[in-house]
Amino acid sequence: MPTDDITAVDERLRTEPLLARLMKRPELGAIAGLVLVTVFFLLTANDAMFTLSGILNFMAPAAQLGVLAIAAAMLMIGGEFDLSIGSMVAFAGMIFGACVVNLGLPLIVAVPATLAVAALIGAANGLIVLRTGLPSFIVTLAGLFILRGLSLVGLKWLTGGSTQLRGVRDAAADDWLSPLFAGDAFGTLFRALAARGWIETFPNGEPKVPGVPVEVLWFVGLAALATWVLLRTPAGNWIFASGGDRNAAANSGVPVRRVKISLFMVTAGAAALLAVMQVLDAGSTDARRGFQKEFEAIIAAVIGGCLLTGGYGSAIGAFFGSIIFGMVVIGLTYTGFDQDWFQVFLGGMLLLAVIFNNAIRKRVTGER
Amino acid sequence: MSEDSTFHHGGTGSANPIIELRDIEKHFGNVIALAGVSFDVRPGECHCLLGDNGAGKSTFIKTMSGVHKPTRGTIAFEGRPMSFASPRDAMEAGIATVFQDLAMIPLMSVARNFFMGREPTRGWGLTRRFDVEKANSVTMAEMRKMGINLRAPDQAVGTLSGGERQTVAIARAVHFGARVLILDEPTSALGVRQTANVLATIDKVRSQGVGVVFISHNVRHAMAVGDRFTVLNRGKTLGTARRGEITAEELQDLMAGGQEMAQLESTLGGTV
Repeated sequence: MPTDDITAVDERLRTEPLLARLMKRPELGAIAGLVLVTVFFLLTANDAMFTLSGILNFMAPAAQLGVLAIAAAMLMIGGEFDLSIGSMVAFAGMIFGACVVNLGLPLIVAVPATLAVAALIGAANGLIVLRTGLPSFIVTLAGLFILRGLSLVGLKWLTGGSTQLRGVRDAAADDWLSPLFAGDAFGTLFRALAARGWIETFPNGEPKVPGVPVEVLWFVGLAALATWVLLRTPAGNWIFASGGDRNAAANSGVPVRRVKISLFMVTAGAAALLAVMQVLDAGSTDARRGFQKEFEAIIAAVIGGCLLTGGYGSAIGAFFGSIIFGMVVIGLTYTGFDQDWFQVFLGGMLLLAVIFNNAIRKRVTGER
Repeated sequence: MSEDSTFHHGGTGSANPIIELRDIEKHFGNVIALAGVSFDVRPGECHCLLGDNGAGKSTFIKTMSGVHKPTRGTIAFEGRPMSFASPRDAMEAGIATVFQDLAMIPLMSVARNFFMGREPTRGWGLTRRFDVEKANSVTMAEMRKMGINLRAPDQAVGTLSGGERQTVAIARAVHFGARVLILDEPTSALGVRQTANVLATIDKVRSQGVGVVFISHNVRHAMAVGDRFTVLNRGKTLGTARRGEITAEELQDLMAGGQEMAQLESTLGGTV
């Protein structure tokens, strides 16, 4: 094509105001929300919240939720829900605990085994949804109860009556793979920084922050990977297409079934990854792990700009949505407010996000 | 739009047909949907298939695009007998169908829609990625060829008008090597201005040597752009006429199956 065409087009592009272009990005709402929440806590919270240790303090729960929320966002963009991921955290935790404690397997076997079991269940969810044509909402709601129940029954059976399985730390603490899933990274760097007095230290010279929790690194890494897949690979285009209009996508040659089943597997896998990290961190597994996390993950994804109808959203949005979450959960303890305001905040934020997203969608599609 | 339009009209009869269907019959159990349809398309022509609702247009399109297999009759593609096992087979042979739903996703950008399912990539292995720059520039160029200046390639399809969407779908089919382009009622839901744009697009596509099958029940739209006209009534073709050999009124009568329309027309005053 002649190049002057492109320059002509570029001129037209520049005439669109920056704000109008930003308005079209799905993650805009989450970024605006993050700014708002940050300002709120800067005004109301103790100064300790925005020190290095304070920030890592709220980034840890944000990261744990974020691992789920990023996967849930991809699944939502693909047009489906998975309400069973919270229960999957407990179920995968049980599988992982049993592998490590009861079977004495090393992490190099136990972690892939746990991920494989979760992915298999995710694939089963996807197959049921696609075969029956039922909404994934109801199919995975069944999964929510089945997996929670199986975790309770299974743990009691494994432990002889308790819903907790202890001894994971003893069994796995010395495993060479353990630092990949639990503890803090960059410890040497933080000690070096402390030695030079660049970060806060305890009186004995040890840094107040021992390092960056590994889940934060997973969180950032997964957000980057998911964004790359969504925006820069054919698979990403297929995810948007499958969620936007199944028939149109299939008629254009997009393997919709494969896309959706893969997304269910990824989501279940993300829940299993979180389970591995939580179990290694706590040293035990519990049948109540991940309770209501499916809703929090979906809320974070919606705050991040995902539409409930699919076909629109972003992983970066879910990333910021999760940080908002962590900030509010932990931030309230730095303020004089009752912590239970958290729930009110959560509901309010969800409502605002849905209304905002709906307006954005109308703007993008030119609906009146 | 009147009969004497300014469009270029392809010469018919010069080239051999790209696809030729002869005496096609299609039965669904007891229902005879098609009872002897003959139709062919030559490169660079627009062959209109006219028929009222229920005449069998949809069944015929689906037979031509590989969705249905004919019960009886022959299909020849470039002179050789051919039997399409699936729509994908037909697509690979170069028979593209733009259905009324257009297979477009309103929330996605024009460029992403354009390459949906056939994304260009660059790099290898783990770095293999969707070549967004190429997708954008090709989309802009192809749309420009069709006479549509997009504001930007990342403009959502939902912001386009019905006629523009139709044009994106047509441009996409042509870009991916359509030799026969089947358009299922492309103008039925459009306003006057947008209809004119789509008809102009059909003209551009035809001048590139693509054989266009224009399915419609609107005689005036067909007369504006068609080179040949075939009327389908009650599952049968009633013969093919060239441009200039037949008037809009005659076509209308054929579509309606004869008498009753003629009586109506005196009250309505002209073609509908």
